[in-house]
This record gives sequence, C-alpha cells and structure tokens, in this order.
Amino acid sequence: MLASSVSGLLTDTSPVSQAASTLFGVVVVVAGFVAILGVVFLVAGRVTGRLQKPVAVVICLGPALFLLLLGLIIPAVVTFNNSLKNQQFLGQLVTKYVGLKNYTFAFTDPYTLGSIFRTLLWLIIVPTLTVAVGLSAALLLNRMKHTAVPKTLIFLPTAISFVGASVIWSYVYSYVTPTQPQTGLLSAIVMKLGWSNPPNWLISSPVNTFLLMVIMIWIQAGFAMVVLGAALKSIPDEIIESARLEGADGWRLFRSIEIPMIRNTVVVVLTTVMITTLKVFDIVYTVTNGNFDTDVLARQMYADMFTTSQVSRGSALAVIIFIVVLPLMIYNIRQLRRERSER
Amino acid sequence: MKKHTILAAAAGVLAVTATAACSSSTPTPAAGGGGTTPALTGDCAQFQPYAGHSGSTVTMFGSILSPESDSLNTSWADFQKCTGIKIQYTGSNTFESDLPVKVNGGNAPNLAIIPQPGLLQQMVSTGTVKKPPAQTVQNEGNWSTVWKNYGSADGTFYAAPMSANMKSLVWYSPKYFASKGYTVPTTYADLMTLSKKMAANMTGTAKPWCGGIGSGTASGWPATDWLEETVLGTYGGQVYDDWISHKVKFADPQIQAAMKAVEGWMLNPAWVNGGVGNVQTIATTTFQNAGLPILKDQCGMLQQASFYEAQWPKGTKVGPDGDVFAFYLPAANPSIKTPVEGGGEFVTAFADDGATQAVQNYLSSPQWAQSRIKVAPGWVSANEKVDQSLYTDPIDKISAKYLADPNATFRFDASDSMPAAVGSGTFWKGMVDWFGSGKSASAVAQEIDASWPN
Repeated sequence: MLASSVSGLLTDTSPVSQAASTLFGVVVVVAGFVAILGVVFLVAGRVTGRLQKPVAVVICLGPALFLLLLGLIIPAVVTFNNSLKNQQFLGQLVTKYVGLKNYTFAFTDPYTLGSIFRTLLWLIIVPTLTVAVGLSAALLLNRMKHTAVPKTLIFLPTAISFVGASVIWSYVYSYVTPTQPQTGLLSAIVMKLGWSNPPNWLISSPVNTFLLMVIMIWIQAGFAMVVLGAALKSIPDEIIESARLEGADGWRLFRSIEIPMIRNTVVVVLTTVMITTLKVFDIVYTVTNGNFDTDVLARQMYADMFTTSQVSRGSALAVIIFIVVLPLMIYNIRQLRRERSER
Repeated sequence: MKKHTILAAAAGVLAVTATAACSSSTPTPAAGGGGTTPALTGDCAQFQPYAGHSGSTVTMFGSILSPESDSLNTSWADFQKCTGIKIQYTGSNTFESDLPVKVNGGNAPNLAIIPQPGLLQQMVSTGTVKKPPAQTVQNEGNWSTVWKNYGSADGTFYAAPMSANMKSLVWYSPKYFASKGYTVPTTYADLMTLSKKMAANMTGTAKPWCGGIGSGTASGWPATDWLEETVLGTYGGQVYDDWISHKVKFADPQIQAAMKAVEGWMLNPAWVNGGVGNVQTIATTTFQNAGLPILKDQCGMLQQASFYEAQWPKGTKVGPDGDVFAFYLPAANPSIKTPVEGGGEFVTAFADDGATQAVQNYLSSPQWAQSRIKVAPGWVSANEKVDQSLYTDPIDKISAKYLADPNATFRFDASDSMPAAVGSGTFWKGMVDWFGSGKSASAVAQEIDASWPN
C-alpha cells in the first residue's frame, strides 16, 4: 500500500510532486546514510578482543581515506598519466604515450615560458607586498584608538570573491580616449594629476601584470592584517615594557622585539598567500583572459584542459604547479606544527 | 534490546521506501515499445510520423540561453502535447567545456545542440555520437550540400543543422546615410570609396568604421570573422576550405595578403575606431558595445553578424528606414559568387532510442523551423524548404535570403571549424595581439601555424 502510493506520487510530473519527490529522495539518502552508520557502529561495538583495535582504525580512517582517494589521489594519478600522453580532448579514443614531451614543450615554448615567468613574479611580489601592507596596517592600528572603522575597511575586500573584485577593478582600469569623459578611475586620477595621455592600462605590458597583482593584494591584505595584528597583540606586555625600559623604541622595538616574536605567523601568512597566488586564476581569467602578456600557469592550464582541447599539455602544467606547491605546503604544515608545540 | 528493534524497524522502512524510489526512477518502457502506434487526430495529425513514444523524456543540452531557449520550448510545445514526448532542454554558457566533461563522465544528454563543426568532429571521434535516423538523413537534402559537410565527420553524416546566422553583414544608420547623402555600397570598390569619403568628412573621434573584439574568454572572435570574410571574398570557397584544413597555412601569401587587406580596413588608423579612439581600443572594446557609436553618428559602419541585432538598446528601430540596418558585405573579388559566411548549430545525438530519433526527425523538418520562426524574430533557418514569407524581422529577411540561396558560396565560420587549439585558442589570441599589442601579421601567422595540432 505504502509503496504503491509513494510511487504513484513519484511518477506524477507536476512541479509540486517533482519537488516532493526530490525532497523524498533527499530524505531517503540521508536516512540510508544514517542507517549504514548505525549498522557499522553496531557491528563495531560488538567486536571484541584481538580485532577490536584494527576494526576501530579502519572505521575511523576509512571514510577519510576513501574520500581522499576519490577526490585527490586518483585524479592526481590520472592527471600525471595524462601528462605523459598526446591526448587532445576528453574521451579521445586513441592516445599514445609520448614520454616527457609535454614537459619539454612547457619549458621551451616561449608563450608558456612567459606564463611561468609571470607566475614566479606573482609568487615573489604578491606575498611580500601583502605581508608588508598587512603588517604596516596592523602596526599602525595597534597604536591607534577607534580602530573599528579602518580595520573593517581594510578587511572588507577579503569578503569579496576574486571574480567580483576583478570586475570592480576592471572598471577602475578601463580606458577611454583622453578627449572624452573618463569612466576609468585610474585614468581620471592620473589625468587630474596632470598626465594628459595615460596608456590603455590593461593592454600595456608589463604594467598590466602589476595592476592585476594590486587586485590580489587588495583582497589578501585584510587577512594578513588580522592574523598579524592578533600575533602582535599576543606578545606579552612585560616584554614590550622591559624593552622600552632598556631604551628600545619605534623601529628598534619593531625590528628586534616584535618581528622576532611573530616570525612564525609572518611565515605562515607568507606561505598561505603564496599558495593562493600560485593558483591565481580568477583574476587573470576575468580581467584579461591571459591576453596582452598577462597569462599565468593556472589560467593556461584551464584553457588547455577545457577550451582549446590540449588535455595532455594542460595536465603537464597541472603537475608542474603541483610540484611547486608541494614544498610550500610541507613547509607551511611544519611551521604550523612547530608553532603549536611551542604553545 | 530495545535499541535493536528500533534499528531493525528503521531498516525495514528504508528497504521499502528505497525500492519504491528505485522503481519509479527507471521509467517503464512507453507504449511505443513494440505495441501499436496510436493514431493522432485533429490538429495533432501532422505529428503522426513522430507518434508512438508517449511518456518518454528526451534530454537536450545546448548553449542557447533564455529568452532564446524559451522560444525553442514554445516552438515544440505542440509536438510534446501531441506525441507525449517530453523535451527537457538545459542551456549552459560554458557549453563547449561542459559537453566533453558530461560525455566523458558517462552523463551525455540524448541530444546536444553543437554550434561548432570542430567540436562535433571531436565528439564523433570519442565514439559516443549516434548516427541519425533515415528520415533525418532525408531531411538533410533540404539544405545545400555544404551544410551536410559541416554536419559530417570523416565523410559520414551525423548531425542536421538547426538555426543559421549570417555573418557577412555591415551595420549602418540609414538616417545618417540619408542625411549625408551616402548610398549603400553594392561592390567592394564602392565600399572602400565610401569609407574614404566618410573619413574625409568626419571630424573628432568620428570614424567610418568601429569594432570591438572583447568577449571575455572568447575575446578575438569578431576579428577572426573580418579575416575569414576577406579570405572567402577574395579567394573563394576552395582556398577557404584548404585554410581550415591547414593545407593553406596562415603564413601562405594568400592569407598574408588577406591580412594586409584587413590592415588597410579595420587596422587603418584613419578609419577606426569610430567614437572610441585609436586602433588598439578595438581590442578592449566589447563586441556588445562596438556598434553603439553608430547611434551617435560617431561611427559609419560596423561589420557584425545578424545576431548583433539583439545588442541594440531598447527602442532602436531596425529597418531600411530606421535607426540602424544592415547591408550585405560585398565580395572583394567580384568573380566569387555571393560569398556568405555564417554560423549555426547541429543537432547531435548521443542516444538512438525511438523518442530521441523522433525529436531528431522533427527538428530537421521544415515544419519545425516554421513553427520556431512564428514564435519570435531573431531566428533563421538555412532550410531551403522554409517559407520565406514567414519572416517578419528585416534582418531575418535579409539573412534568410542569403543563407537559403542555393547559388551563394556559403561557408561556415572558419574558426569554429578549425581544431580547438587554433579555432578557440591561438587564432583568437593572435587577433587580440594583432589589434591590441601591435604584433605584425607575419608574427601572428607564424604563432598560429606553430600551434596547429599534429
């Protein structure tokens, strides 16, 4: 009875019953999941003796390992495998292994070399400037009263998505012939300052790459400020006090006391921003789509994989990015661990 | 003990509901599966050839978005009602990258509306595309043979065309032309003379031509059209086809000469970029905004496709005596018979069940095309059997006249037919560099040729 009335409900095609059946499906899936968990824990609870510990390990680690395998390890292996082939598009029936040809291409093709060079520029400049801006803001705000408003203003961009920020900034950088009313903020400002014929910003290389970096710094500086500000606050007052008694002030206090005390946090912020920077995709994709000599590895990889049918080349770029991220990741985790054990 | 009974009861309920959910999610075979085909009567009688699959759903995936997709849904509403076949259309603005992912993931739609012959060939080579039914193959005879070639891969016909758009058009303002005493040019020489005359008469930022090739991730495509039209209009269909297959390279003297011609036209500092600024601004102006200076008498002409009609602001009157209209771009070489560059979509099947094939047959029929034309303007079929008097929009009329002309030299957009590495990659990028970064024609050609996949 129940089954037939339920299936009657499900085969109806009106929107209401479609929504009902979707909801019903969700309930079934969730209930099924809970039931499976119940059974697993029931069985595990009954296991005693020698097997108890191994079963517990499998049950606790299993789901995480399974998801890791499905979402990370298998795709990584497939990507690496693809990078050794001559595959052009997804689902291609006949492909053959070409050895390291895609890697040789990446390191000899002038266009890709340009992307690698610019990715390195991003990697060096953006984290450094982000930390510099974030730290200066934190220091200044640390010595100020009524910090809520400026702090919020600096932190606010962190809440904006990369694509949203890119769209906002592409308006700032937009170019109109000087004889006409200016719509781009940047052009308008420099023209007011007396530069009568500013360049078409986004197509002028290499300045355009730096203008794109500004977007990233604008987004990330708030994060750096908050984390570094918290670290500065956590320096015990006695240390600052005694340093002042010893005669340290201003720059000296900053360089010899505050910086060493928050060194670990600075490194963590630096590497976190570095990893985000290495994956920079949204900004370049949205503002210039890699045109006008602004391309970076992550965007080129995406284009190779999904728009220009060069899956193997894209896979090789993905592996290159992965290899570069890896040491940064390891260093970052180690640093976090060390910090934790120090506390 | 009590805990166990609750669990058991829960498991029991779950088992019941799970079987119910499963049995309903796999639809039982429709009446058409071997039974007798029901006879359709009255207004539905015209759909008799497609009857017998009532209760089936055909999934369709394409790049067409609302409101155009709403018009499609309206156009086959009667078909759905009479045959009982439900067409479930989904549109995506990243169709080109989504489709291969879906197909590769075993999640292919029953039908895909593919706008690029290059992508169609790519899909065919994955071995997942199904051959069309006999009726669709027969309907294909209503299109000129070039269309059949674009719907084929390796000599086998797979996909029938759906809509068509006309690229060889030049937009202008009839009011402005009338006030200045200019007449619509019918030869290439006239077009060049007119451009010169305009350039001499115009002052300030006003120029005879305007353009914009910014288009997000597809930036550069409008400029590929300019080059393609020049190649087709100067050397004809054969060279154009050989260019697509890379028998004629970009560095070939013929293509280089065509690039030189474009340099004298859309890269000519005296002729562009009307109402906006210098040549470089073409690279940063979006194609959507490119023609707007025409409305302010700041730009004389814009070379853009028929679908540019949708970009004019609300209230702009389109027509021979309106605010804007378009004329046919004449061939540079008068001996080429009416060169027409265009685009379109191809209905590609990833399933071969009766319902899918019925939809394929219906969409390739002139009846469906006429049903779509009646829904809303801005849609043209290249099907030669379609009643031309049904078109109400002046741009649709002029497009249909050239697209369904059996004597015209019709060619599909070359960049859509080239391999994706070039057609959606280096060709677009090369055009952006050419206009935006001042790269030379030969350097652009060299880079595109080098990127051609082996």
